[in-house]
Amino acid sequence: MLSCHHLSMNYGSKQVLDNLHLDISKGEIVSLVGSNGCGKSTLFKILGRYLFPTQGRVELEGKNIFRMKFKEVAKKIGLLPQVRREFMDISVETLVSYGRYPYLGFSQRLTKEDKGFIQWALDATDLYQKKDQLLSTLSGGERQRAWLAMALAQQTEILLLDEPTTFLDISYQLDFLDLIYKMNQERGLTVFMILHDINQAIQYSHRLLAMKEGTIYIDSDTKKIPMEKLLQDVFGISGTTFYHGDTQKPYWIPKNKI
Amino acid sequence: MSKNRKKNKKIILFVCFVFFIASGFLSIVQGAVYISLKQIFHLLLYEREGTLHQILWNVRIARTVVAGLVGMCLAVSGVILQGIMGNPLASPNLIGVSSGGGFMACMIMVFFPEQHYLIPAGAFIGALTTTLVIYFLAWRQGIEPTRLILAGIAVSSFLNAGIHACTVFYPEKMIGAIGFTVGGLAARSWPDFWMIAPYGFLSILITLLLPQKLNILSLGDEVAIGLGMNVEKIRFLFIVLSSFLAASAVSVAGLLGFVGLLVPHISRIFFGSDYRYVLPSCILLGGGIVMLCDTMARCLFSPIEIPVGIIMALLGSPFFLYLLRQQRKG
Repeated sequence: MLSCHHLSMNYGSKQVLDNLHLDISKGEIVSLVGSNGCGKSTLFKILGRYLFPTQGRVELEGKNIFRMKFKEVAKKIGLLPQVRREFMDISVETLVSYGRYPYLGFSQRLTKEDKGFIQWALDATDLYQKKDQLLSTLSGGERQRAWLAMALAQQTEILLLDEPTTFLDISYQLDFLDLIYKMNQERGLTVFMILHDINQAIQYSHRLLAMKEGTIYIDSDTKKIPMEKLLQDVFGISGTTFYHGDTQKPYWIPKNKI
Repeated sequence: MSKNRKKNKKIILFVCFVFFIASGFLSIVQGAVYISLKQIFHLLLYEREGTLHQILWNVRIARTVVAGLVGMCLAVSGVILQGIMGNPLASPNLIGVSSGGGFMACMIMVFFPEQHYLIPAGAFIGALTTTLVIYFLAWRQGIEPTRLILAGIAVSSFLNAGIHACTVFYPEKMIGAIGFTVGGLAARSWPDFWMIAPYGFLSILITLLLPQKLNILSLGDEVAIGLGMNVEKIRFLFIVLSSFLAASAVSVAGLLGFVGLLVPHISRIFFGSDYRYVLPSCILLGGGIVMLCDTMARCLFSPIEIPVGIIMALLGSPFFLYLLRQQRKG
């Protein structure tokens, strides 16, 4: 559905992405892990059309996303970047209503349909009761959910998330990932996210990608991940791997840095 | 609760409107010659000749209208810049409008002193050109707000050096420049109004149609692109609008940039960051505040008239600091 071909990106003489290929199919959750500076954020920014690749194409259903109209892409791909300006003095509902931007007509007014989707997104993220509160009055986890609600109100088939759980405590991390998983199961939302926690990435996704030196080094079903290769080659650490009885998926605990 | 807050916002907006109208009337009534409201209607409708009508129409009303328009332009220009740069310190001075306009005005004062009537037009051209120069200096595969701000500061310093050099070499020709550098509205009348009205009103009107775009853009570039906005295009549009607005104001009122910094913040204290309310309130408050301050500038120490920029800064800064403290408490 969303794919990258021969993607390269240079910052000056530094090559950040090197002939990268990627293909995300409809309805799957794909997580991307990798050490700091491996180029995963750059990849995210290219998928989000914030950066233009030095070489290669990004295609959405076979069409080059850099040739499509901005709003057309925004009706298909929603995204939650890490860097955004947080305004604390707007209400949750106002923030969520911005998710309807790609659908607004010339008058810029919300239609009944728009309002329906806003309410749905508030319900789905369990924020309906708090819709009139200012963002400043929410907890960090709720605020992150409010931003997710904005992206959900966008009604896209694909959602891109850049380290969505980084600043949340563990309970909010699971809360957030549960919500993403639910959207995937119930609505067939295709998800591509960058995560730091390898165990969470394995547990919540169908497929795991690991980046190393600007290219996809491991691309594997989360049940069949070559764990030693992942830990040693990608992160330079060693750990002990176990397999979960119910899900058949691996999980690991760290031993030491190699 | 949502209904309540919306209602509250509408009430505050109405209060802003009342303030705007009241400032306007006060500015027309007060002056060297007091003209009562009753007289005003009489003079406007029946006695359309004579000195008093002249004073009312060509001095009082004209200047009030210019003051109002200048205030609106500066406030809207400031609110746009703060929004698109995500920087609360952004103001029309920052994109070189003030220094560019000031520099051109200086050049005219020094080299073409007989053609002093060219100053507003020259300042307008200088302001716009400087903005564009800064924009293209800061361009590198797109505009990054920080780079734009830094380029603006650098170019402004360069031009300000020119202004100060003029003051050193040609002090006698620069006597009139004080009114320009602190911002003043002395002797402004209809020709000034008609010169800036087309740009001013048109830019304000366009901006009023786009508050939602300003909302989205202020969330940051990545989010805005994700929501389907062509960020570079829209940002360029807004920079052009805001420099037209600021250039209009600077060309007749001089360097009155403080309004552009102050008014948007006052609006935000009342309305939060939703530009659907902030924009209209900036228009009303900006116009109202400049009309009010100009009235004080004319009347407080009459017959001596002080430049409105001084009043703005003297009264505006403490009031603004007071609001900031209130906000922190609340």
